[in-house]
Amino acid sequence: MIKADTNVCIGAGMCALTAPEVFDQSEDDGTVILLTDSPTAEQLAIVEEAVNLCPSGALSLG
Amino acid sequence: MAAPLPTARTNPFDPPEELRADDRGIRRFTLPDGSLGWLITSHPLAKSVLADSGFSSKMELRKQVVARGETRDKETGKPPVDGMFIAMDPPEHTRFRRQLTGQFTVRRMNQLQPRIQQIVDEHLEAMAASGPPADLVAAFALPVPSLVICELLGVPYADRADFQRNSATALRLGVSDEEALAAVQSLAGFLAGLIERKRREPTDDLLSGLIENGELTDRELIGVSMVLLVAGHETTANMLSLGTLALLRHPEQADALRASETSVDVAVEELLRYLSVIQFGTTRVATYETELGGEGIAVGDQVLLSIPAANRDSGQFAEPDQLNLAGQTQGHLAFGHGVHQCLGQQLARIEMRIGYTTLLRRFPTLRLAVPVADIPLRTDMTIYGVHELPVSW
Ligand code: HEM
Ligand code: SF4
Repeated sequence: MIKADTNVCIGAGMCALTAPEVFDQSEDDGTVILLTDSPTAEQLAIVEEAVNLCPSGALSLG
Repeated sequence: MAAPLPTARTNPFDPPEELRADDRGIRRFTLPDGSLGWLITSHPLAKSVLADSGFSSKMELRKQVVARGETRDKETGKPPVDGMFIAMDPPEHTRFRRQLTGQFTVRRMNQLQPRIQQIVDEHLEAMAASGPPADLVAAFALPVPSLVICELLGVPYADRADFQRNSATALRLGVSDEEALAAVQSLAGFLAGLIERKRREPTDDLLSGLIENGELTDRELIGVSMVLLVAGHETTANMLSLGTLALLRHPEQADALRASETSVDVAVEELLRYLSVIQFGTTRVATYETELGGEGIAVGDQVLLSIPAANRDSGQFAEPDQLNLAGQTQGHLAFGHGVHQCLGQQLARIEMRIGYTTLLRRFPTLRLAVPVADIPLRTDMTIYGVHELPVSW
């Protein structure tokens, strides 16, 4: 399960850049949109990387 | 007595040797006003401070780490204009950043790609027509990001000579307070006039959009547009020119990039790490008592997170002093980290990807027109790079 806290997100877009099939950004305020909250086994590594790169700590994997 | 922050370099690419990360990753240095600050050279320590809301970016709390013209109000320490959100903390900072992030998403920036390609092509054709030789800074590296940010914001490109000169003055070391303040005020006056015109006659650009949203006052918009305009052209310009110099000094790696044997996306991240043009940045101020790398940090302590040092930390990167454009650079701090992480990073990435590859392909025989030792280095500017890059082909 991926969790994204849009109150914390600063819209830097590292997630959408790293894993575009999982993360998108809102057209209004640039905050993160989850395209899915349960990544496939193949997506897991890249999602972990995105969680790691996120500068605001808005993303978590649980 | 701790040394001041070193600025002298022995070659164009490596940060001053005194900045090298040691085992502790934190040491004392002397600020221009004679007081002591903390210099952080460790990548993980720098990252943890940038992610910690207990360390403030507020201009009123921050001291200068190298001697520059002082533009802050002598009494309050506040910035000369409102809206300088790069020097604010949440929740104030959040109010500004929220207005802007929607304009800088990965998708939005990708939509600018064809226009950026066109701008790059036009400048390279003009350079080809008037040379060789050419100064790559004047012909390509400075005008391309200047025109891109002007179009995005809605700033008339015809006014570039003034704003380029004023922002260069504000970012140069050793200028007097009066000179720096005059430059900032001149820039503010220019932007105030522009905002007023756009309020009357909206145009299709970011600045008009912000005015229309009605969340920010005109005074705040001056600071916002100033941050965007200055940050938007100086940084990318220096990455383009210094990055080109790095490519010319590593011709085999440049050839691989030219032939698409290596990925330009990967190369851009490695150039960002290796070159770290924000050479004296960035600073935070402790707002609570804590410990960093075994040192006790007091409230009000100035903490300098050295981006060049962190990006060359051998604890983080296997061969930090080697440029490896084919390796995967992960987690560099060239755009900072935390809530202030560069707003324009996706734009800068696209400008660099298109800029480097188009330049290499348009000029397959590109080379330096002078010995490398004769290239004037920007050790006297807040943003590192080269003042000129004479090239031939
Ligand atoms: C390669 C080019 C660039 C580099 C290396 C760079 C680097 C940085 C760094 C290190 C910060 C963080 C400062 C801090 O934490 O105190 C920052 C912030 C910022 N950058 Fe960039 N930048 C670049 C390009 C751009 C561009 C093209 C724009 C404009 C469109 C831009 C706009 C900003 C803004 C507005 C901030 C402040 C963000 C905030 O405070 O929330 N930058 N940049
Ligand atoms: S990387 Fe983090 S801060 Fe940036 S858009 Fe994604 S969730 Fe938000």
